[in-house]
Amino acid sequence: MERKLVCISCPLGCRLSVNWEDEGNITVEGNRCAKGESYAREEILAPKRVVTATVAVAASAAPTTAVAGRAGAGRTATQVRTVAPNPRRLPVKTNAPLLKEHISELLNTLYRMEVKPPLRCGDVLLKDIAGTGVDLVAARSLKGR
Amino acid sequence: MREKRTDAVVIGGGSAGLAAASRIAAAGYSVTVLERENELGGILNQCIHNGFGLQRFKEDLSGPEYAERFIDSVGKQDNVEVLLETTALEVSPGAVHTVYGYSRQGGVSRIDARAIVLAMGCRERNRGNIGIPGTRPSGVFTAGLAQRLINIDGYIPGRRAVILGSGDIGLIMARRCTWVGMEVLAVIEIQSYPSGLTRNIVQCLNDFGIPLYLSHTVSAIHGKDRVSGVTVTPLEEDRSMGAKSFDLDCDTILLSVGLIPDNELSRKFGVRLNPETGGAFVDAGLMSSIPGVFACGNVLHVHDLVDYVSEESERCASFVIQYLKGEYHRQHHPVTAGANVKYVIPNKYLPDTTNRFYLRSLIVKNKAELVVTLDGEPMKRKKLSHVQPSEMVSFSLDAVSPRTSEPGEKRLEVSIV
Repeated sequence: MERKLVCISCPLGCRLSVNWEDEGNITVEGNRCAKGESYAREEILAPKRVVTATVAVAASAAPTTAVAGRAGAGRTATQVRTVAPNPRRLPVKTNAPLLKEHISELLNTLYRMEVKPPLRCGDVLLKDIAGTGVDLVAARSLKGR
Repeated sequence: MREKRTDAVVIGGGSAGLAAASRIAAAGYSVTVLERENELGGILNQCIHNGFGLQRFKEDLSGPEYAERFIDSVGKQDNVEVLLETTALEVSPGAVHTVYGYSRQGGVSRIDARAIVLAMGCRERNRGNIGIPGTRPSGVFTAGLAQRLINIDGYIPGRRAVILGSGDIGLIMARRCTWVGMEVLAVIEIQSYPSGLTRNIVQCLNDFGIPLYLSHTVSAIHGKDRVSGVTVTPLEEDRSMGAKSFDLDCDTILLSVGLIPDNELSRKFGVRLNPETGGAFVDAGLMSSIPGVFACGNVLHVHDLVDYVSEESERCASFVIQYLKGEYHRQHHPVTAGANVKYVIPNKYLPDTTNRFYLRSLIVKNKAELVVTLDGEPMKRKKLSHVQPSEMVSFSLDAVSPRTSEPGEKRLEVSIV
């Protein structure tokens, strides 16, 4: 069998031509590096994608700012107000490509997920997604308040 | 008014400004960075997808991860001052330049500096720029604005979207919208070829079965308060085929119809701009028509890859350092775009050193060739496996003649055949 693919490993976008008779015997042409060959092999056998998304930053992590009452107005009490977290979303990603069949379940999990700062870029938020060995990690650091 | 004196002011704290500031500071000069947002990182903060840093770090990073490396490197240097939520309002050029910045908290500050680096990035073309007929309902967003709403602010801008323009941001947003539960009906592209990277067609459209209509355009927007649909019209030989139009029923339109270097400020203080790029005319050291005012990144010309922005900005910084040392020489010769080339940056070269150039093709072609001539004499040929306007081409050229060469301008011309 033959398939034409475009390698998505990097922005060069090599145009690949993949030929195979059985799963153990796949030949790849048109790739400019080794990544192209492994991409083509995977794309035929078990396609995977890196998932990038965001999760909510927990409201409890919002800073509490003490606002002093105006002295002139005779008020001395300190008001406490909560401010929305900034940013409101934390970018996250899988630390390796994930089998396509697990992506939609992962996205559903992320939709309900909340994280609390402080976080370091690379911190693991979900371990071993669907038994694939792939983790979900924070894609930036967030300072604690 | 706060007053301050520094060696260099960098306007913009995104990928270009961070790379330039870090490099200038590392050479021992004091740098002030003006950033209008409340965080450094610029557009990278909302570009949560991966694919950044493959060239520079040999790693597949997301935008925020890429930004964090540069933010950390700037943060480690004592001689960089970052002014957040501060907008550069005005520059008065002179032997020492003055930059006026404004922030809600600190009011107006006046910063005097010998060198300025313009690193304001670019902005998106919008509905007004391309003049789409129809009503004016809510629900029409630029793709980058929708990206910010979803990825930073946590809002979903609509339910059923049509994306006009196949630029990379539009393609990335097709996937992002799908992944947050929206339905993307189609991507419409007026040209006969996609304007984004091929890998993004594959992983953002083909993966989800989103149709891409090439040689089509949106000829009308419908809806009273909110968008209720669009009319899509095919083009044949540049003529719109009204009879073959069809309607798509959507509540949201995302526009990914090009980026414009954000040079409102530069224009105001007299920097000469190149109509082909929308950025400044620059010499081989990326210095603009005003001595001591440099430009790098998307404010100079729109790049496809942030890796190129970082590289260009660090190179720019090395020339700023030369300038601050008083070693900058303006003995530059002209570079022009020849056949099938939209533009070449920089617009000048130095004959006695290696020069690095970026250019954009005007044509789509497999097995093309880059041809460089010096006063009509062939200088260099380079094979290019594939060219298209959306994929930037770069090359280096070794010194073309020694310093002792005869006087007089020698014109370098770059073509694609």
